[in-house]
Amino acid sequence: MKKWLLCLTALIWLAGCTSIPSNSATQTSDPASPLFPGGERTLLVFAATSLTEAFTELSQTFEAQMGTQVELNFANANTLSEQILQGAPADVFASAAPKFMDKLVENGKVDAQAGEIFARNQLIVILPRRNPADLETLQDLAKPGIKLVMGAKEGPQGEYVEGFLDKASASANFGAGYKDAVYSNVVSYESTVKGVVNKVALGEADAGIVFVTDAKSASEKVLTISIPDAFNVVAEYPIAPLKNSSNPQLARQFVDFVLSPEGQQILAKYGFLPPDGD
Amino acid sequence: MNIEVVTEKTLPRLRLPQVSRPGWFGRLWMLAVLPALLLFTIPILTIFLRLSLSDFIHSLRQEAVLQAVHLSLITSFISLLGIILFGTPAAYYLYRRRSRLHWLADTLVDLPTVLPPAVAGVALLLAFGREGLFGPLLRSWGISLPFTTAAVVLAQMFIAAPFYIRSASVGFAAVDCELKHAAALDGASRWQIFRYIVLPMSAPAVLSGCILAWSRALGEFGATLIFAGNLAGRTRTMPLAIYIGFETNLEVALTLSAILILVSSFALLMLKVVIKNHLPAN
Repeated sequence: MKKWLLCLTALIWLAGCTSIPSNSATQTSDPASPLFPGGERTLLVFAATSLTEAFTELSQTFEAQMGTQVELNFANANTLSEQILQGAPADVFASAAPKFMDKLVENGKVDAQAGEIFARNQLIVILPRRNPADLETLQDLAKPGIKLVMGAKEGPQGEYVEGFLDKASASANFGAGYKDAVYSNVVSYESTVKGVVNKVALGEADAGIVFVTDAKSASEKVLTISIPDAFNVVAEYPIAPLKNSSNPQLARQFVDFVLSPEGQQILAKYGFLPPDGD
Repeated sequence: MNIEVVTEKTLPRLRLPQVSRPGWFGRLWMLAVLPALLLFTIPILTIFLRLSLSDFIHSLRQEAVLQAVHLSLITSFISLLGIILFGTPAAYYLYRRRSRLHWLADTLVDLPTVLPPAVAGVALLLAFGREGLFGPLLRSWGISLPFTTAAVVLAQMFIAAPFYIRSASVGFAAVDCELKHAAALDGASRWQIFRYIVLPMSAPAVLSGCILAWSRALGEFGATLIFAGNLAGRTRTMPLAIYIGFETNLEVALTLSAILILVSSFALLMLKVVIKNHLPAN
């Protein structure tokens, strides 16, 4: 019995030790194998959560035109880029910030010139329909005791929010203490923007800061306070086919479709700003 | 050894097949066990292989790690206290199986163990949230649960209580009825019977229930994220910090994972010790 146990532990140890380096080696040198069923005609698109509604329609239109199958994987852009770095077999990556695309370029997952900005987004404040804290202006976000939710500080959305708060704090309309006062009202950093929308729509939080597009898709459930351009930040959304794609041609076609007038029209419907507009 | 003691008392002598040396069949069988064992061991070992000791020690000094460990320990022990307080009467009621409502209560108690924790989180939010069913009532008492440490405790109790109640009620049921009747004949009250007969005799089961429930509370994630939110120092327990850390700081996530694995393994080991030491006494 003891001998068996000893053998077993040794085997596990060995398997554990050898499998790690060899795994990471194959991931970096070999192109991703077509792990997904459907083979050539299936495209796997990794897209940031804020693209959920727009990309669902985009992919349906693309499927109808090309006779292919598009599978969508939505998550926080940071998580998606991490998954791609760990070897997830994605064909296309659409990010909510250039930062995560740059990370993939640095790690050789995307060609340096491949990334293109396909849409832009801005921030907006949402409130529950009942507006329990009676908020009217952006300044009210600093009122002590209100319950504010926002995306994780480290995530893409969190950085844009910080940009807005920095700009506002630098203005006399808000005052230097604005940023800290707003942050001290935060009761939860949700892992996705959709989480922020839901907590506000349910009335559990008094306000949330989200993208204009998120507010638009939840417009029956929330009120909004817009952020003037002078303080707002512009979020740029890059898209790129991945180098390891098992179907680079189709991946390229999907990216082109998103950038085409037809694709842009669908994105505009969901509140996205065009990539090159002012 | 333990089995022999039990069978000698309860059953006529059985001749069990000798299990001295495994034959070829036994060895083949052990090979078949391998996949399942590897499935558990490889991923868990990998965490320790990826995490060097110096990184581990370095991360231990980080504010994010300390805050999460501190909050997790406090909330899980408060949850355990609550579970013992409210779970013990439930367990005592459940084992007696007298009421017609028994089957209903019995199913209800098991429900949280099979539900996805996210369902528990949504349910808790819709029931005890500010705009939930009991929101107005709680508000009139000046209480707002979501986004508070109290919400973390409530989520943990919801998820972990069944493990305690189930284990304790099995323990209560195992106490010999004759003993209780004898005590009653001698004039012991119901409370005295519970306090001096049932509780001491089922102590190992109650203790195992405590360990299981505490470990489960420590690992609670889904319900906490939805019902209590995520704010460092207030609601960001270790599992939440691991989730957030995976996106921002892998070292923190790995360190907290390693701590949880070690603590949980130790808790399960204690459980084995409790069961082993007390089985012959029963």
